[in-house]
Amino acid sequence: MTHDDIRTRVHEIIAEQAMIDPSDITDDASPADLGVDSMGVVETIFAIEEAFDVQVPFNANEPGKSDFDISTVGAIVQAVQSLVTQQQG
Amino acid sequence: MRRVVITGAGTINALGGSVADTFEAFREGRCAIGPLDIRDVDRLTIGIGAQVAGYDQAAHFNRQQIALFDRYTQFAILAAREAIGQSGLTFTGDLAARAGVILGTSGGGLNTQDENYRVVYEEGKNRVHPFVVPKLMNNAAAAHLSMEWNLKGPSFTVATACASSNHAIGQAFQFVRSGMADVMVTGGAEAMLCFGGVKAWEGLRVMSRDTCRPFCATRSGMVQGEGAGVFVLEDYEHARARGAEILAEIAGVAMTSDASDIVMPSRQGAERAMIGALRDARLNPEDIGYINAHGTGTAANDKTECAAVAHVFERHADRLAISSTKSMHGHCIGATGAVELLACVMALREGVIAPTANWQELDPECALDVVPNTAREAKITACLSNAFAFGGMNAVLALKTA
Repeated sequence: MTHDDIRTRVHEIIAEQAMIDPSDITDDASPADLGVDSMGVVETIFAIEEAFDVQVPFNANEPGKSDFDISTVGAIVQAVQSLVTQQQG
Repeated sequence: MRRVVITGAGTINALGGSVADTFEAFREGRCAIGPLDIRDVDRLTIGIGAQVAGYDQAAHFNRQQIALFDRYTQFAILAAREAIGQSGLTFTGDLAARAGVILGTSGGGLNTQDENYRVVYEEGKNRVHPFVVPKLMNNAAAAHLSMEWNLKGPSFTVATACASSNHAIGQAFQFVRSGMADVMVTGGAEAMLCFGGVKAWEGLRVMSRDTCRPFCATRSGMVQGEGAGVFVLEDYEHARARGAEILAEIAGVAMTSDASDIVMPSRQGAERAMIGALRDARLNPEDIGYINAHGTGTAANDKTECAAVAHVFERHADRLAISSTKSMHGHCIGATGAVELLACVMALREGVIAPTANWQELDPECALDVVPNTAREAKITACLSNAFAFGGMNAVLALKTA
């Protein structure tokens, strides 16, 4: 899976949560900017795990302290990229 | 309006199989959280809980009863046996007709559901045991209590997630206070520590992988428990006339709804519930010496609850004690308010405040007297028990010495 494939799929997942078109997702936007609340973030993590067959280290109690960076869409794409590389070999 | 007193208490939870055992654990600040011993635990990410260890259903019930009693029903019956036994009441004639049972539960017969879904989906069988429905239904525990003790008055089940027991007890209190019943058996029961029950909570990503540390800067989330707490609520004059031992008085209750978010708590909703309970009980904030907190060990609850207490009690907030016994018996979900009410009874009757176990480090956003790790002697004449549920449904009970 190429980086672009991962980026496209992450954008689709976040767009579905935000209920907007994937073309309106930008890498510098935060989940909150897109109207994705804490529940939406948890659902996004679940969707990412399902889509990429990975385990995401994420604790909703302290989202900022998780190893998985969710500060922006671009950060999420990067984090997924490294998980896919690590966990799928 | 009539006064309402508690004349019997019973429990089974991870800390012990009786009120005396639970009080002893509270005094010792003992934490019952440990590795889960359930089927398919290796497929769970969260492998800990506060389980009723070494529980043998065959030691308490016969084969016919086991065929009908889910684990949560068994817990309810064992707790009721202790509570009603202590009260000394026998329900016959007019008293039976004027006595009922209201229990809280969230999952009901979840073990029965889990086992039978496994049979039809995983094992591919096409036939299930004939009693699956009467075993799993959410009113099964209340129904079996009514049958076992001949309680013929108003009886039903309340389900408000983590506030189920407080809503149930609050409702039973209202029934006795208003004269609709003379005696109500009430509390809650929960047995959610099965594969599906834990897996569902895992999904929410708020569960701790090590232990439950409410109000602590290093807290890592909540830990599930299980069990039951049952109380006998009785009209004060009725109890006095028969010379019953009175454990405490339930002085007031308030219920509020946040009407805002399905999981995030609201400070205002919590405040309105505490203020309402004080008002209903005709207590002033400075009368309260102890609060049994909802205290789940999640960031969302602990910060919101402490802010609400600080706002409601103002300067007195620094003088009262507040502890979360979930640090010891885990979050018993629909039974938790009933198990936690025992800590209130212990504070009022024995002058000992149960601690918040596992506490390590001050969280500036929870800077109240959380009674860290060690139980404390104190003279308490009135206390509150908080429950703030998913769904934004809150219920706070106010108790005082009778």
